[in-house]
Amino acid sequence: MKEFIEHGLNQNRRKFLSKLSLGIGGMALGSLMIPGIFDASNEEDLFNNVLPHFAPKAKRVIYLFQNGAPSQLDLFDYKPMLQKMHGQDLPASIRGGQRLTGMTANQTKFPLAGTRFNFTQNQNTGAYFSETIPHIASISDDLCIIRSLYTEAINHDPALTFFQTGAQVGNRPSMGSWISYGLGSENKNLPAFTVLLSKGKGNGQGVYSKLWNNGFLDSIHQGVQFSSGEEPVKYLSDPEFIDRTDKRKMLDELADLNQESYKEIGDPEIVTKIQQYELAYRMQMEVPEVTSLQNEPESIVKMYGPDCLLPGTYAANCLLARKLSESGVRFVQLYHQGWDGHNNLPNELIGQCKDVDQPSAALIKDLKQRGLLDETLVIWGGEFGRTNYCQGALTKDNYGRDHHPRCFTIWMAGGGVKPGVYGETDDFGYNINTLPVHVHDFHATVLHLMGVDHEKFTFKHLGRRYRLTDVAGNVVKEIIS
Amino acid sequence: MIFFKKYKLSFVLIFIVTLVAVGTYFFAFSNAKAKKPISYNKDIRPILSDKCFSCHGPDVNKMKAGLRLDIQEKAYAELPNNKGHYAIVPGSIEKSELIRRIESNDPNIVMPKPESHLARLTPAEINLFKQWVKEGAKYEKHWSFVAPQKTAVPKVSNTSWVKNEIDYFIAEKMEEKGLSPNKEAEKENLIKRAYIDLNGLPPAYTELQTWMSNKSENWYALLIDQLMNKPSYGEKMSVLWLDLARYSDSYGYQDDNIRTQWPWRDWVINAFNKNMHYDEFLTQQIAGDLMPNSNKETILATAFWRNHKYTEEGGVIEEEYRVTNNIDKTRTYGKAILGVTIECAQCHDHKYDPFSAKDYYQLYGFFNMSKEKGYEGDVSVSTPAKNPKLFISVEDRKNLLTYINTKDTNQLEVSVMGDTIRPTYLLSRGRYDAPADLVQPAALKSVMPFDTTKFERNRLGLAKWTVDKKNPLTARVFVNFIWQDIFGKGLVKTSGDFGLQGELPTHPELLDWLAVDFMEHNWDIKYLVKKIMSSATYTQSSIIEKQHLEKDPDNSYYARAPRIRLKAEFIRDWVLSTSGLLNNTIGGPSVKPYQPKGVWESTTSGRGQLAAYKQDHGDALYRRGMYTFIKLTAPPPSMMMFDASNRDQCEAKRSSTNTPLQALNMLNDPAVLEASRVLAQKLSSETGSIEDKIQKAFELILIRKPKSSEKDKLVGYYQDQETYFKSNKGLIQKTLSTGEYKTVQKDKNELEAAALMKTCLLLYNLEEAITKS
Repeated sequence: MKEFIEHGLNQNRRKFLSKLSLGIGGMALGSLMIPGIFDASNEEDLFNNVLPHFAPKAKRVIYLFQNGAPSQLDLFDYKPMLQKMHGQDLPASIRGGQRLTGMTANQTKFPLAGTRFNFTQNQNTGAYFSETIPHIASISDDLCIIRSLYTEAINHDPALTFFQTGAQVGNRPSMGSWISYGLGSENKNLPAFTVLLSKGKGNGQGVYSKLWNNGFLDSIHQGVQFSSGEEPVKYLSDPEFIDRTDKRKMLDELADLNQESYKEIGDPEIVTKIQQYELAYRMQMEVPEVTSLQNEPESIVKMYGPDCLLPGTYAANCLLARKLSESGVRFVQLYHQGWDGHNNLPNELIGQCKDVDQPSAALIKDLKQRGLLDETLVIWGGEFGRTNYCQGALTKDNYGRDHHPRCFTIWMAGGGVKPGVYGETDDFGYNINTLPVHVHDFHATVLHLMGVDHEKFTFKHLGRRYRLTDVAGNVVKEIIS
Repeated sequence: MIFFKKYKLSFVLIFIVTLVAVGTYFFAFSNAKAKKPISYNKDIRPILSDKCFSCHGPDVNKMKAGLRLDIQEKAYAELPNNKGHYAIVPGSIEKSELIRRIESNDPNIVMPKPESHLARLTPAEINLFKQWVKEGAKYEKHWSFVAPQKTAVPKVSNTSWVKNEIDYFIAEKMEEKGLSPNKEAEKENLIKRAYIDLNGLPPAYTELQTWMSNKSENWYALLIDQLMNKPSYGEKMSVLWLDLARYSDSYGYQDDNIRTQWPWRDWVINAFNKNMHYDEFLTQQIAGDLMPNSNKETILATAFWRNHKYTEEGGVIEEEYRVTNNIDKTRTYGKAILGVTIECAQCHDHKYDPFSAKDYYQLYGFFNMSKEKGYEGDVSVSTPAKNPKLFISVEDRKNLLTYINTKDTNQLEVSVMGDTIRPTYLLSRGRYDAPADLVQPAALKSVMPFDTTKFERNRLGLAKWTVDKKNPLTARVFVNFIWQDIFGKGLVKTSGDFGLQGELPTHPELLDWLAVDFMEHNWDIKYLVKKIMSSATYTQSSIIEKQHLEKDPDNSYYARAPRIRLKAEFIRDWVLSTSGLLNNTIGGPSVKPYQPKGVWESTTSGRGQLAAYKQDHGDALYRRGMYTFIKLTAPPPSMMMFDASNRDQCEAKRSSTNTPLQALNMLNDPAVLEASRVLAQKLSSETGSIEDKIQKAFELILIRKPKSSEKDKLVGYYQDQETYFKSNKGLIQKTLSTGEYKTVQKDKNELEAAALMKTCLLLYNLEEAITKS
């Protein structure tokens, strides 16, 4: 019976598309125009996947992923108690049964490490910022700071995978792929989901393409890597012996020959192929324009810092993220390596912050001055937190911190979030006192801001309906403006 | 990657689409109703599974109101929370609570409950249930868990079309739908198709001529035999298996270092080439180390299990990853070999299929006996294989494992299987640190009982159970994968899921016939492939007429041969082979051809041997696509653009997209540019008119003669290019120096070669060039 329904749907969507003069070959085009329709095996998926489910607050997302896990205790979650008890053992009652990574599991002592840095407090919101991030502190009136994020994973790979795909293992679609699938792109010449990569000087943890993979969704929803260098998208540049006029000629000739074979063979995929070559041609025009940072005015360069003109830096990627987002890219996913401070953390942190602080703040200010901050959700954070006790040797001003899943801080700005501080950890910065936010809750909230009900937004694959939030997740309503 | 936003339009569209769809559906339903009595498996169970089983199915922990609808006795029983009432009373619509619930408009009564987000049943579905109850509400065992039977081929009216048994089954359905098959494909089309499906390569120019002029009656059968005997047959067939077996060249977690599993890949190629029968093929891979006559070759086969990722991240908990790795093995076994998704039962009883958590951990128990550790240290102490390992010496390669192709004189090491004694516990909610009851290894009893008098409680027993001819799944699943590989989709479209939530076969009797026939011929893979390729269903033309698009747009009834874009690896092979660049060495360590800058460098942590991409040079640049090095965390981009598996997990079916990134790839990939250049230079050095040269390029790439209109256009394009280069002389050298390949002969006519290069590039970019049609 399902077969009949599908059959009926197939027939009719094809009739439609041909009436829209896309031709039946417009199939692939249609799948983004009408998100989910081709995968809908029954009318329920069809209706559930009509997006957005309600008016969105955020139209676009820029996710500044701080890969390796920055220390919340040295940046946002100020704990004078740790400074007071510096060097004393973490009370067993606080640690509870928390499992430890292989790196500190054999430690006999867990000496607390108070932060070496001074903190300032925002008088309006009560948020704390360490001296290493003055620029971020300067925009604190715009920030929604969640100090009570938690996760189950204690190693980088599963933790990152969890944040990006809603599951620690498995080949599930990335957040950006879900958004691409659900909402499509606002710019027909650019992909809905783009990825930017950079590295800091601190101890790094690699990234992997699975993080921006489409999983079981169609591969058109895979994140497309962009950069501001010579070749912003792979295979975008023509060889030096082919210029634009020449390329145009080749495409016309191709279209002509393909059209001839379409007339004979009748396969709609041929028409799609012609359209995709045209789209590729338009991308070749549009992408370099968007990714070129050379024409940015002096004031912008000053705002993001001089590194923003060096392709592949975090600063350049923040600026590029703004430009892509401004051009209608739905989901810009940025990764910055170097936060994995198992030892020598304070010194590495200073270096990381030098790269990250100014451009992160500049992005918020820049979006704001363009009137885009209201409709753009910016997210800043890592895959878990770091321990309050020291890994390795503890001295007065140097220490390392291991992975800590039980509490950590992320911040968001714009896109319908309420500035302020949400959630609280205990005096040791080890456990959450109030308002815990799980990774699933975080996903549910981001989807909600995009106008998507995370429980209804499903994709049926091998007999099961999958969601970004798996079978859990609650929207954190309190942080929505 | 298509970038559209049309919310408003989409709302309207969906509304209208649905209206029309519902209309069509009623129509279809009334037809169906008039014809046959209701079948539980075909009509009722898919709806129950989709809409009811998540609360009233096999998962007893999630069961609501004590009601189970997947088992007949439970569904007929008195409702525990509602004495005197029954969910289903056979024969009585009025007394069946189920009917009242699905029909109700009261949100407190209607099922499925509104908060489940499952849409309510359509009027047509409700009618189906009513009729089913009226007819006695008979349950049937799930179709794929019942052993296949060979039925007599159906009677058909178009007897002149049919070539073998397959066609009878296909014709019957086609006639039912009022469709008629296409006429036989052109000879050159058949040649192209056979080369693609059996070798993944184009015919050489002379081969094409030879076959075209072969007028013997059985030329096509001869062609199949000849292609099956070429070593590239094994390469072609392996790609499907490498996806299922998640083969790669690196460990896959974030510090993604090199590993040596490729000798296993060469074992697979060799197995297909010597036509190892499927039962043996499976037995060696499942339990080659435990076979009575086990040797290094059969042990190498078990590397199949160890292809999964392996963490080298500092500080992980060993047991967590040992469990993760065994879960991967269990999933791979389920999906690749039995075509069932059992991973749901890892955390709870399966919601749709009759697999309990206990069943899952019993199956998992076979793999849990492996000696391996979940972690052997971080990337700084990385080794090319993890314990247990097979060491392959130069001697071994001389004597037994002759197909392992490397000049390396060191002994190779491969991760393989080897068992120890280790008890298995059911893990609560799938957590490695929450062991509960002790379980004994056993295969899935709802598929076929695991009779311990016949089967050992180890992988050898599992292998025997798997290839037992009474096993209802093994043959069906493999036959379906082969069908999928040839026709682009399986007879069961969800080729990795033959369970209750999977799709029903479009041609159940044909699937069963093929499965039984395959077993009757002792699981002979070449026999199976030849059988399918000899059918009229396969050899018909792929022309798409109006009737096809109207009556059967998805080609579910095979009234035409499919047109399918080549798999990523074979696109590369096509380009290299037609240009004459292909290096047809078989096997050996994977190679690193051209790749855009920064793909590895931008993702790496900087640790391990694969931090930077060190491109190969010379011959290694021209190996077949299947030998391109797969670094799991940054797989080869051109392959990924054409939907290759990322090999992260067992993959049963690749998608087939048509995107602008693919266009960019075919136009700008140095490999395609180089091939166009080399082919052009070769043609230019030959004697003959430019028309002849263009015609030859066309035939080489498209495997047919151009029509005169096509040839005119191409010659016109060539002449334009000549004019262009005349006024841009500086570009000629640039055009002729693309790629690293050094042409020995100096170009006699550089202008001609350059203009031909552009013409060849154009040809490679035609839709038809990379399409099986």
